[in-house]
Amino acid sequence: MTQSSGAISSGANAAPRDEWETVIGLEIHAQLATRSKIFSGAATAYGAAPNTQACLVDLGYPGVLPVLNAEAVRMAVRFGIAIGARIARRSVFARKNYFYPDLPKGYQISQYELPIVACGAIDIVLEDGSVKRIGVTRAHLEEDAGKSLHEGLPGATGIDLNRAGTPLLEIVSEPQLRSAKEAVAYMKKVHTLVRYLEICDGNMQEGSFRCDANVSVRPRGADKLGTRTEIKNVNSFRFVEKAIQYEVARQIELIESGGTVVQETRLYDPDKGETRSMRSKEEANDYRYFPDPDLLPLTLDEEYIEAVAAKLPELPDAKAARLMAQYGLSAYDAGVLTASRELADYYEAVARAVPSQPKLAANWVMGDLSAALNKEGLDIGAGRMPAERLAGLLKRIADETISGKIAKEVFEAMWRSGDSADRVIEAKGLKQITDGAAIEQAIEEVMAKNPAQLAEYRAGKDKLFGFFVGQVMKATAGKANPAQLNELLKKKLPG
Amino acid sequence: MIHSQTLTRLAGDLRARRLSSVELVRACLGRIEASQPQLNAFISITAEQALAAAQAADQALARGEGGALAGVPIGHKDLFCTAGVRTTCGSRMLENFISPYDATVVERLKAAGAVMLGKLNMDEFAMGSSSETSYYGPVRNPWNTEMVPGGSSGGSAAAVCARLIAAATATDTGGSIRQPAAFCGVTGIKPTYGRVSRYGMIAFASSLDQGGVIAASAEDAALMLREMAGFDRRDSTSVEMPVPDYVVGLDAPLEGLRIGVLKEFFDEGLDPDNERCIREALSVFTRLGAGLREVSLPNISLSVPTYYVVAPAECSSNLARYDGVRFGHRCEKPRDLQDLFKRSRSEGFGAEVKRRILTGTYVLSAGYYDAYYLKAQRVRQLIAADFERVFGEVDVLMGPATPTAAFPVGAKVADPITMYLNDIYTISANLAGVPAMSIPCGFARGLPVGLQIIGPHFAEQRLLHAAHRYQLETNWHLEAPERFA
Repeated sequence: MTQSSGAISSGANAAPRDEWETVIGLEIHAQLATRSKIFSGAATAYGAAPNTQACLVDLGYPGVLPVLNAEAVRMAVRFGIAIGARIARRSVFARKNYFYPDLPKGYQISQYELPIVACGAIDIVLEDGSVKRIGVTRAHLEEDAGKSLHEGLPGATGIDLNRAGTPLLEIVSEPQLRSAKEAVAYMKKVHTLVRYLEICDGNMQEGSFRCDANVSVRPRGADKLGTRTEIKNVNSFRFVEKAIQYEVARQIELIESGGTVVQETRLYDPDKGETRSMRSKEEANDYRYFPDPDLLPLTLDEEYIEAVAAKLPELPDAKAARLMAQYGLSAYDAGVLTASRELADYYEAVARAVPSQPKLAANWVMGDLSAALNKEGLDIGAGRMPAERLAGLLKRIADETISGKIAKEVFEAMWRSGDSADRVIEAKGLKQITDGAAIEQAIEEVMAKNPAQLAEYRAGKDKLFGFFVGQVMKATAGKANPAQLNELLKKKLPG
Repeated sequence: MIHSQTLTRLAGDLRARRLSSVELVRACLGRIEASQPQLNAFISITAEQALAAAQAADQALARGEGGALAGVPIGHKDLFCTAGVRTTCGSRMLENFISPYDATVVERLKAAGAVMLGKLNMDEFAMGSSSETSYYGPVRNPWNTEMVPGGSSGGSAAAVCARLIAAATATDTGGSIRQPAAFCGVTGIKPTYGRVSRYGMIAFASSLDQGGVIAASAEDAALMLREMAGFDRRDSTSVEMPVPDYVVGLDAPLEGLRIGVLKEFFDEGLDPDNERCIREALSVFTRLGAGLREVSLPNISLSVPTYYVVAPAECSSNLARYDGVRFGHRCEKPRDLQDLFKRSRSEGFGAEVKRRILTGTYVLSAGYYDAYYLKAQRVRQLIAADFERVFGEVDVLMGPATPTAAFPVGAKVADPITMYLNDIYTISANLAGVPAMSIPCGFARGLPVGLQIIGPHFAEQRLLHAAHRYQLETNWHLEAPERFA
């Protein structure tokens, strides 16, 4: 069924040349975090033994009927309100008909002509710092299919219907994304948003958040869109970027060598770093959509929508604006810190504990702490470094008990041991020396030990100042207060 | 003969302990077995479970307990799922299908104490008007076994007609309760769409399918329907509205009832002998104090073509689940997936089902959807509006249930269009979702004729009332074929 893409000679990862414009639209599937399925009472928990979380409705047994999960509706509405979209007062579930062994009823219940959410927008920040608004055409509710298993079943196909009937929100963007990077920025923004709204756990490895990318290229300045291909089911930000880059280069190369792009569905192979054809338009199904007669049109009144709106949390853009205003952060810092609700909450807890140092708090959260978390693949919510503990460290920097440099050492010890900053400082004797007399004494000893260097410095070799700083720091095990040391050295060295 | 009593009477005798359910059920089972070679009304006979249920009913009744139908022998059309009992839908596709659950209707009747004697034969997947498309062989009309009993609920109608059971469940998508009730001379009611839960009722065309009753009288149908009807959380299209006690008030006078006589139903297709019976029945209603006036539903002539777009469209999708993967017929040694789907379905479905799947697939396909499905839905709204308008002027509509009496077995099998036209008077009620009945009102050349009564949404009580008053005046509903007496 599948065919090889043919060889792409080179440059698949290079940026597209200037004469071509890339046009991308994303269809993101966010699995809604409901406890039960969209049309049945079966559980949605991930990772259970095959077919243990599929009830008769999920199995498409004769005579069974779907009943809509109200929680899934509420979640879709939350999303719609959050992106400033129109919430349909009346939306319709439709059947998308096709045969596949992991599609139990022979149709998927989705929304077609009248989706629950339409005409929203999401702002993304481009690399140059400017903001671009991406239209969200629609977001609709639908059920997931099951999956086919081939491993360990020679000559047979296994069907696991645990996932069948899992609620999905399909979020469709306008074709307004102009590069792989923009596509990733948009996808990340949606990812942030659905987690803020607590409607999706965002777990991409488990497939809770995945996307299809519609990609085409056209000569820059052209009005007409080029023929697009659809890259199916990509489940990481990195793969989305690579898949789009590859596909753009493939299409340009194809057109430039006299070929034409064929409208088709393609799959991204992360091992080979390439996309390959899955099925062409001619082989595509005619889905024969029609309104599902088993479900009444979904009607929502003003009161319901207002009640959902009243319960929305502070959203990422609003939060970033507030952090900038309240803590004097840069747009960049505010953007990074609001990437998740947990991160923002953490930052605010630290910043509130050390009110004089909001920027220092931002630097530490985005710098050493994030690096340490990333290194061990931990989430900020894992509790490895509670906010009050990091705040304890920052307080000691603020009151000059330790220098910024020593603080890094203290942080590492805290990270390893789980001890408080004060305890580490105490145990290691890292308290900064701010006693002028003690620093002066250390300077005199260093001067005495290095007469040659002292002579050279006094002969005009200013560069040696740094040498003396280093020597005194060494002698005090780095504890000398840097500002005081500088000042005293400037006084003493000239003799 | 205990078996020739009405359900109402049997239920009373059982409660008064003048009769034991075991005794009654055993007698009925004997009659069913004996009738099978001639009528073939049953696909499955569940003697063992029936006797156990009858015994339990007797015990409950002895304690002064038991529901309204405790110990009463009934049958279910074989598309109502019954836990542990094969549910075939008249198809080879489900020859081996044992449902793991009870349909809501089955559950409710069980809770009321009714005893199921077996599963009733029907047109395959309820697609047909003669009960000849069943994989399990045709059902015969007890009045004349050369004739069809009507369909698709032919087994239900034949079994009640021959007094093999007191009442039967049935379903009506385009006339599948009323037409066989008319052909067999029994009483059938198709309630308002949404009145009876469709959960566990194997779907043919979801927006038209409605479960109902075939019984010997309107009073019996009222009692059955009261136990079956009502909102069900498992069916989103069922309506949350209290169910009146249909049995109460049946005897009230009919004076002042405004009857609309549907002009379009008295067309050139109506057999003169049938027309004579219908006109006589209407005069009975006038004698009872009702007023007659002629009314018209201008769009009703579009019913049949509309139905034969909407119903196959829904059927083509509803029947997609029979793919040989999880249940039902699976072909031998499939080569690959496509082969599994194609051969399992080709072998499992009969010709009429295939015809409708093909038609439905066609009308839903890209480029044809607007011209067929969408247009049909618009026409459907026009027909529904016609009914709404006319029910502003009259309380019920009356006319024939079918153009002719029962036709010979095999007469129309080769000509689907003629077969489809048999439902010309019944289909519009399904399209509009309104309740409708057929009650026996005479004989045309020795075969029963059915009077159709149609009402506005949720007017079941009004229909049953009119039918019951008519049955107090006439004896047509008491007529039963002698050879099964």
